[in-house]
Amino acid sequence: MNGDTTKKSTPYTIPIGPVHPALKEPVMFTFQMEGEVVRSVDFAPGNTHRGIEWMGMRRNPVQIVHLTDRICGICGIVHSLSFARAVEQIAEIEVPPRADYIRTILHELERMQSHILWAGVAAHELGFDSLLFLAWRVREQSMDLIENLTGNRVNYGIVQIGGVRRDISDDQRPVIEQGLAYYRGLIDQMKTVFLDDSTIRMRCRGHGLLSYRDAQLLCAIGPTARASGVAMDVRHDYPYCAYGDLDVHPVLPPQEFGGPQGDVYDRIIVRLLEIAQSIDIIQQCLDSMPAGEILWEKKLPKLLSILKKAQGEAIGRVEAPRGECMHYVRMDGNEAPATWKVKASSYSNLMSWIPMLKGEQLADVPIIVASIDPCMSCTDRVTIIRNGAADNLTKEELTRLSREKTRRLSRC
Amino acid sequence: MLIDIILLLGGAVLVGVFGILIALFLMGVDRIVTARMQARIGPPLSQPLTDIRKLFTKENVVPANAIPLLFNLAPVIALASAITILLYIPVGGFPPVLSGGGDLILVMYLLTLPALALVAGGFSSGSPYATVGAQREMVTMIAYEFPLAVVIIAIAWKLAVSGIPLPFMLASVQANPVWGLVGPLGIIGVLILFFVLLIVTPAELSRIPFDTPEAETELAGGVLVEYSGKNLALFTLTQGVKTVVMASLVVALFIPYRLSAIILAPVILQPVLDLLFYLVLVVLVAFIAVSLIRVSMARFRINQVVSVYWMYISLIGIAGMLLIMADHILGVV
Repeated sequence: MNGDTTKKSTPYTIPIGPVHPALKEPVMFTFQMEGEVVRSVDFAPGNTHRGIEWMGMRRNPVQIVHLTDRICGICGIVHSLSFARAVEQIAEIEVPPRADYIRTILHELERMQSHILWAGVAAHELGFDSLLFLAWRVREQSMDLIENLTGNRVNYGIVQIGGVRRDISDDQRPVIEQGLAYYRGLIDQMKTVFLDDSTIRMRCRGHGLLSYRDAQLLCAIGPTARASGVAMDVRHDYPYCAYGDLDVHPVLPPQEFGGPQGDVYDRIIVRLLEIAQSIDIIQQCLDSMPAGEILWEKKLPKLLSILKKAQGEAIGRVEAPRGECMHYVRMDGNEAPATWKVKASSYSNLMSWIPMLKGEQLADVPIIVASIDPCMSCTDRVTIIRNGAADNLTKEELTRLSREKTRRLSRC
Repeated sequence: MLIDIILLLGGAVLVGVFGILIALFLMGVDRIVTARMQARIGPPLSQPLTDIRKLFTKENVVPANAIPLLFNLAPVIALASAITILLYIPVGGFPPVLSGGGDLILVMYLLTLPALALVAGGFSSGSPYATVGAQREMVTMIAYEFPLAVVIIAIAWKLAVSGIPLPFMLASVQANPVWGLVGPLGIIGVLILFFVLLIVTPAELSRIPFDTPEAETELAGGVLVEYSGKNLALFTLTQGVKTVVMASLVVALFIPYRLSAIILAPVILQPVLDLLFYLVLVVLVAFIAVSLIRVSMARFRINQVVSVYWMYISLIGIAGMLLIMADHILGVV
């Protein structure tokens, strides 16, 4: 295993990516290996840039909301909600309370299906395919619920500026209650299957460590940060939608599992507990859902003309399943926004790969890479092309470009 | 003399074809059973045959920086050596084709050949994934070799001290089931050895949790990553034949019974009965050692593979051997 390290004093290189079974989306890793151990690692995103912001800047906000659905296949609500909240702040639109509750319910259903999907992926990365199939089978229930409420399994198209496009009828309430009961009965079983399995514990406990300090220095967010003990959750720190009325606290790895240690195992714990938390939140929403309108303005032409006059800038923040998602929008009295900037949650988490992967074995690379639940198509915002080939920007060039952008923004 | 050689050649071809057919059958059963346990439907029983047929029609790509001779030779050697082992093991309730020529020690050595061919093929394919995979394959081989030797030696020793001539010959093992030779303490020992051999099987076959050399998620197929077309088909068949070999070895060592000896049947029907019984046993062993373990565990890291075999499985095997020895000494006293 490590026997030939004396002969080969220089580490050898193993490329993983841009397309590789360890990765669910394209990103390029270069590992400097010594035997089976990772000495250093570098990664280069930028392989799934689709120019969504460019498309959005040529459309009006109502059109962009549906474009945001397509930024990510899993976080449809997250991006559309985040964008809608930014625009609503600029145009000073007050969302009806019932719409806020419906948004919250869908937001949490999305978190549940995303976390269960992740649990399946994690099991597969560990070579535990039975768990993958079982996890994805129970995920269907949440997908069915979402389809029942929005009409779609993905790309829901439910969020509108100023509210939501579909109400939750009285007939649909028992369906949701039934779904919640299904997951309530399942959550203990899922905890047993994932947390009491000795092979999973052997592979995950103490591996892919991200210390509390590193998590803060690298601005990690979401379950990645919470597994390292950083008590941070937009739903709690900066409540939006209905979260202000609800009882929501950041989920940290509990003491019964030894408190936060910042390893892969803790990230599994946090996500499983968040599924339970989401069930609880949806129940709270159902219990206290107010009656009333679901849209601030039903007539689209009127809404569009109001949005056209809106001026100003705002940031929409939402706690996505992967962490904080942020949309910056600036409107200057035109039909299309002057600036639209998407910061997906994975963007903040990618850098934590570097300390996590250093010193780990090659066998643990897939699960550690997957443990932050990276979403590359959310994250990739730019690809540099020079002389017909992909290229990189240096720090100086980036600084210059960002100063130029700030100046341009402050002029408009 | 000539007739002997022709008979031998005919037997060898027959066993080869038979081995490959059972291999395809076992692979199909494994896929269906695994699928059912994972709440899937799974492919039809003929899927492995379809896969192999398709692979034979595909282009055989040799990477630019591979060593073509070694790269193309490795799969042939692997399959040939795997089929050779079958000639020394009782298959289908019949005595081994080469029953006069080899014993358990030879089988143990032959068992390393397909793995070594895989390693050679991996190293010669010139891919970093295949190189890491080949290193892991070697380490895995070193790891499971010791417990395997413990099992075989313990049983042969028991046969030897029981006064059976040629204890390493598979024919003697077949003729004298070890269960009948030991006392109650020894039965526990034999059970332990049975368990050890069942745990060695998935590593021998590179299946989860010991499939680190192929490790789909990190090495994208590891040693096999550069193989395609005909060569990949040969390696896939090798894996299947090795499954038959290991299952037959387990059956020969621990369940060497014949249905025809228990149930009275016409002479013509006896071989059919034995064959069916053998198939049931092989499927059962493959189900426990391959499918059941595969669906219930995650993949081990390579250092965990080594520590599992060198520490736990070896110790358990030695404990089993000691129990058999203690049983013998107590029995003699």
